[in-house]
Amino acid sequence: MTVPQDSVPPLLELNSLSLAFGGLLALSEIDLRIGDREIVSLIGPNGAGKTTVFNVITGVYRPSDGDVRFAGHSIVGRPPHRVAQLGIARTFQSLRLFLNMSVIENVMAATYGHTRATPPESILRLPWARREERQVRALAEDVLSFFGQRLAGYRWDQPAYSLSYANRRRLEIARALATNPKLLLLDEPAAGMNPAETREVTELIARLRDERGVAICVIEHDMHVVAGCSDRVVALDHGVKVAEGDFDEVANDPAVVEAYLGRDPEALAGP
Amino acid sequence: MSIDTPPPPASPQPAGPQVGADEWVARQQQRREYLPGGFGQMQRAIDGVGWWPRLAAAAVAGLALPLIGLGGFQLQVGIDALVVALLAIGLNIVVGWAGLLDLGYVAFFGFGAYGFALLSSSQIGRHGIHLPAIASLPIVMIAAAALGLIVGWPSRRLFGDYLAIVTLFFGEAFVAFTNNVAPSKLGGPNGIINVDPINSFGHSVTSNEGYYYLLVVLVVGTMAVLRLLETSRTGRAWRAVREDSLAAGAMTIPVNRVKLMAFAFGAMVAALAGTIFAAQQISVFPTDFDTPFLIVIYAGLILGGAGSIAGAATGALVVMVIYDGLLRSPTDSAYLFYGMILLTMVVKLRPWRRLYLILAATAAFGFAAHSIAAAISPSAVAGGSQSTGWIADALRDWVIVPANPQTIGNWGFVLLICLLIALVQIKGAWRTVLLVPTIYLASFVWETRLVAEPAITRQIMIGAILIVMMNARPQGLLGARRVETPQ
Repeated sequence: MTVPQDSVPPLLELNSLSLAFGGLLALSEIDLRIGDREIVSLIGPNGAGKTTVFNVITGVYRPSDGDVRFAGHSIVGRPPHRVAQLGIARTFQSLRLFLNMSVIENVMAATYGHTRATPPESILRLPWARREERQVRALAEDVLSFFGQRLAGYRWDQPAYSLSYANRRRLEIARALATNPKLLLLDEPAAGMNPAETREVTELIARLRDERGVAICVIEHDMHVVAGCSDRVVALDHGVKVAEGDFDEVANDPAVVEAYLGRDPEALAGP
Repeated sequence: MSIDTPPPPASPQPAGPQVGADEWVARQQQRREYLPGGFGQMQRAIDGVGWWPRLAAAAVAGLALPLIGLGGFQLQVGIDALVVALLAIGLNIVVGWAGLLDLGYVAFFGFGAYGFALLSSSQIGRHGIHLPAIASLPIVMIAAAALGLIVGWPSRRLFGDYLAIVTLFFGEAFVAFTNNVAPSKLGGPNGIINVDPINSFGHSVTSNEGYYYLLVVLVVGTMAVLRLLETSRTGRAWRAVREDSLAAGAMTIPVNRVKLMAFAFGAMVAALAGTIFAAQQISVFPTDFDTPFLIVIYAGLILGGAGSIAGAATGALVVMVIYDGLLRSPTDSAYLFYGMILLTMVVKLRPWRRLYLILAATAAFGFAAHSIAAAISPSAVAGGSQSTGWIADALRDWVIVPANPQTIGNWGFVLLICLLIALVQIKGAWRTVLLVPTIYLASFVWETRLVAEPAITRQIMIGAILIVMMNARPQGLLGARRVETPQ
């Protein structure tokens, strides 16, 4: 798939984004475009800077150079909760659920930025506060139902720590969906899952796009997932974008092969 | 690099039995939370009732308590306990929900008390300010909320021990401030005296009964308000920030603002408690708001279960009734001391014959030790038990109390600590054997020294209760079990 070049700005646009921690250049002049309802995979070896890209997009880190534009507006310097309110939701590689809250509360908490009831209004249970609370509850039930039996109703009032590992990953995605995102950043959604669950993740990513209408950027090491769901693949190595294109192009790109496997010793020895 | 053909899509999971088994396992955990047998059924029945009937029942019980005839001292204990309960409920917002370790909390209590005292006494101006409570209470509470924001603002990015040390400094600064700044207005160490009672529309609360009822109403009302807040978006945001502030930020929650709100709400509740405290005491002194009092509030919150409103209130009432009520009179504290030892043994010692064996051995050990000591020197058993009533009669020929118990009692205390440490380390039959002299020595130390030093004994007893509690039930009396969350 080609990068959309028409006048409508892409949903997310990284323009020569760089990030330095002191002398260490974590990201170097990254360019990336994600269109509406597009699924882009971010691959690369450990330490390539994939999660750092997510952290810069969501406002955890401020880039040292370059621009992040979302729906045509620069979002550099906005605090994380503002970025999330604009419509960029994320999951975390090391799960970061609200473990001691119930499953449904985890999801309901993520609607904070889109609800308005002030503490006095909530305490007095004013009509609009009650209506808003009902809407929040309905939204939470809706996003949890997206996962079918996996997060079925009897689990809703149980604490999140009682969930299995795979279900915790699903709950993180459900929680991200509750922020009503236009762009979903998934950080290794299939990490630690067995092959059957991995297939399920692949289908889930496609369903998220088709049924929820979100664009998705997914960091993943499992090439089955990457091959199964991506419109486009971007490969990073040492903070530099080394390849971009569809899966087969990127998978056969010499720079990518080198990043993962090192240089061919015979080629190095050379004639 | 290439890849095989993508694997075939997952076959649809057979619904039904698998999920059912899953559900059974998931519910098993819930079932385990309940005690077995009749107690468990009682727990279930109580859990089945909504929160407000339970709160109403507690309110009715609290209001009915003076009808059975509380004496002046008991009523004062009740008032103090309710003030601490109100403080613990407020502290629960900051510590239990938002997860901010605030060690300056007691300063907001002091601010409320001093604020009310200044607005309801002759301290300021020629004739003083004598606002009715209906005006001064909101003023003081809103000012306290503003102070909470001012304190919270510079420390909004801190958490854990960093926040603790900053807020502790603030708490100490408040005491130093009231001691030293503007003595003509704040009174310095002499405090402010002749504070008006709570008064509005020509009525004023002057009796202790009145303050007791007022406090029951305020505590129950605050609990209801906070319960409604807990289940709202604000309450969820507080708990989300406690669990994982980075994830909370990524989920549209403005972390710093939510933290500041917790500070402000906690400060408001503390200031409310302060106003009632000042009015009931008719005076305020800087020492009322020092760190030892903060520790009592924390003890109540932790004992009851941080994160639970009912837990905070219950824990504070239990701690204060033990601390202030029972541990002042030697007889009452003897009931508590021996009762706790007996209860722990009944709960912990299995099988039953081991319990009976140890009880019989301890009794025999005591009578033997007493008669040997009496045979050697009559003065070794010349002292009497400090407590009165049947418990003193029962102990007369059992526990050794020398005529001059101070030095030997101190050594006994040191030995008791060593024995307790040994008891924890030793396993098996020797532990049972060692238990007998340990229990006896504990009674000896109690009768010779601890009962004579109630101020120190109170602290030791509260500490012991907390240690036992943290081992038996780390989540507190009414708290929910929690797992540690990585930050």
